[in-house]
Amino acid sequence: MARNVPVETRIGFTILAWAVALLLFSPILWVLLTAFKTEAEAIAATPTFFPQNFTLENFAAVQDRSDYFKHATNSILVSVGSTLLGLVIGIPAAWSMAFAPSKKTKDILMWMLSTKMMPAVGVLIPIYLIFRDLRLLDTVHGLTLIMTLINLPIIIWMLYTYFKEIPVDILEAARMDGAELWNEITHVLVPMAVPGIASTLLLNVILAWNEAFWTITLTSGRAGTLTAFISSFSSPQGLFLAKLSAASLLAIAPILLMGWFSQKQLVRGLTFGAVK
Amino acid sequence: MATAQTRTLARIMMAPSVIVLLIWMIVPLVMTLWFSFQNYSLINPMMTGFAGWANYLYVIGDPSFTQSLVNTLILVGGVLLITVIGGTFLALLLDQPIWGQGILRIIVISPFFVMPPVAALIWKNGFMHPGYGMLGHLWKFFGLQPVDWFNQYPLFSVIVIVAWQWLPFATLILLTALQSLSEEQREAAEMDGANAINRFRYIILPHMARSITIVILIQTIFLLGIFAEIRVTTGGGPGYASTNIAFLVFRTGILSNDIGAGSAGGVVAVILANIVAFFLMRAVGKNLDA
Repeated sequence: MARNVPVETRIGFTILAWAVALLLFSPILWVLLTAFKTEAEAIAATPTFFPQNFTLENFAAVQDRSDYFKHATNSILVSVGSTLLGLVIGIPAAWSMAFAPSKKTKDILMWMLSTKMMPAVGVLIPIYLIFRDLRLLDTVHGLTLIMTLINLPIIIWMLYTYFKEIPVDILEAARMDGAELWNEITHVLVPMAVPGIASTLLLNVILAWNEAFWTITLTSGRAGTLTAFISSFSSPQGLFLAKLSAASLLAIAPILLMGWFSQKQLVRGLTFGAVK
Repeated sequence: MATAQTRTLARIMMAPSVIVLLIWMIVPLVMTLWFSFQNYSLINPMMTGFAGWANYLYVIGDPSFTQSLVNTLILVGGVLLITVIGGTFLALLLDQPIWGQGILRIIVISPFFVMPPVAALIWKNGFMHPGYGMLGHLWKFFGLQPVDWFNQYPLFSVIVIVAWQWLPFATLILLTALQSLSEEQREAAEMDGANAINRFRYIILPHMARSITIVILIQTIFLLGIFAEIRVTTGGGPGYASTNIAFLVFRTGILSNDIGAGSAGGVVAVILANIVAFFLMRAVGKNLDA
């Protein structure tokens, strides 16, 4: 920002912006701090800001009570698995739509996005019954399948907008220079496509990790992901505040870190490049 | 430039995605439609046969349906109002010459990555709980009686939680749009003597119009299906005070095992979403050409 502003204005805006930002961030900060408090301190009548008796016992307790690692493993398997499966199916489709478009390409893209607009509750009951009959309820592969289906339109759209930006001229130039197809793919196409594929992968892992509707309705103990795991903490209101915080922190930390690193690509990905 | 060969190859490459999505869209939807006209309960196997419009009449005639519909609209509308207006102000603020803009962006965007059940539980237990919550302590500090948010203002409480999750999204998109506004344009307006309000109204707001539309449309898709936040906080209650259509279908179909009525509710949800989708598709379609 090259604008010349008086330093007082700059200080004023800086203080205001930080105040608002920290206010918005306070629930996350609160989880972070409470996770290291003792249970008694967490619900004390006089709240403390920093943990008085820094403890890690909450994290151990969370693992003892309901096996955090199993749920975390399920989360990783489902979010990474569904994203990879989505990429395997989606990359060829997005590729051909970007490089060999036909008159119908736009309609197909629109239609694919429209499947994303189908409310989950509209198809919940059939899926529930099909899963019950096929014994897919509460299984990791059943959940992975659903997650692939709900995120496939986003994967294709994101890849399409990234691939669209690869100039066809470069491919043709490479061909003119006598590059063989294999070289063209490995030396020209892939390097240009990798950043787009990486952003797509990242964003979809985040989306799948945080998906709650299907994980809550289709799983219980065995294949439950972290969203289902955390939801099971809902009943004893106000109790186990420190343990709840520890579990929450463990559930959101990996994705929060990923989100921070990928926030630059996020805008593009979330709006399919419609906002620049 | 595409030869017949590449066209064929393109079709083959697209086939898996198209087929998978086609099945995903048609099979469950047809089944939902079919069940919605059947007497079908998982609890009572004697209930079978064609139901005609009975499920629809039952669902639509139920007072909880009307309330869920109204709640859905209030929920979507309320969250949109808070996030779009709040997001615009926050974006304008973050666009000012401030120290630590990069870090601020990261801090502000953070709630977007918090999974919905966690967001709901943080607010429920850490902030809005009358006994242990921060807001309870704050109220007591000023000598007031702590508010039992989820019992007294259930829908409002859910709106606050959902708005907190989506404000970062709106802010990030709007900030990106704001930063693409050319410096020359702003300076020219400033030279011409336009004050801050006029600059906002005639230059900044029109420039952001498209991104505001996109924010509204994308959020609407997700907000129509709000589920986890209700599930872990109010459970739709007290009564039906915070039940939306998504939660009602879940309650009827899965919790009460009434497949017929639940499916009818699902069909209504699909119709509702399609009305929204119609406008969304038109807006996104325009952007695709650009």
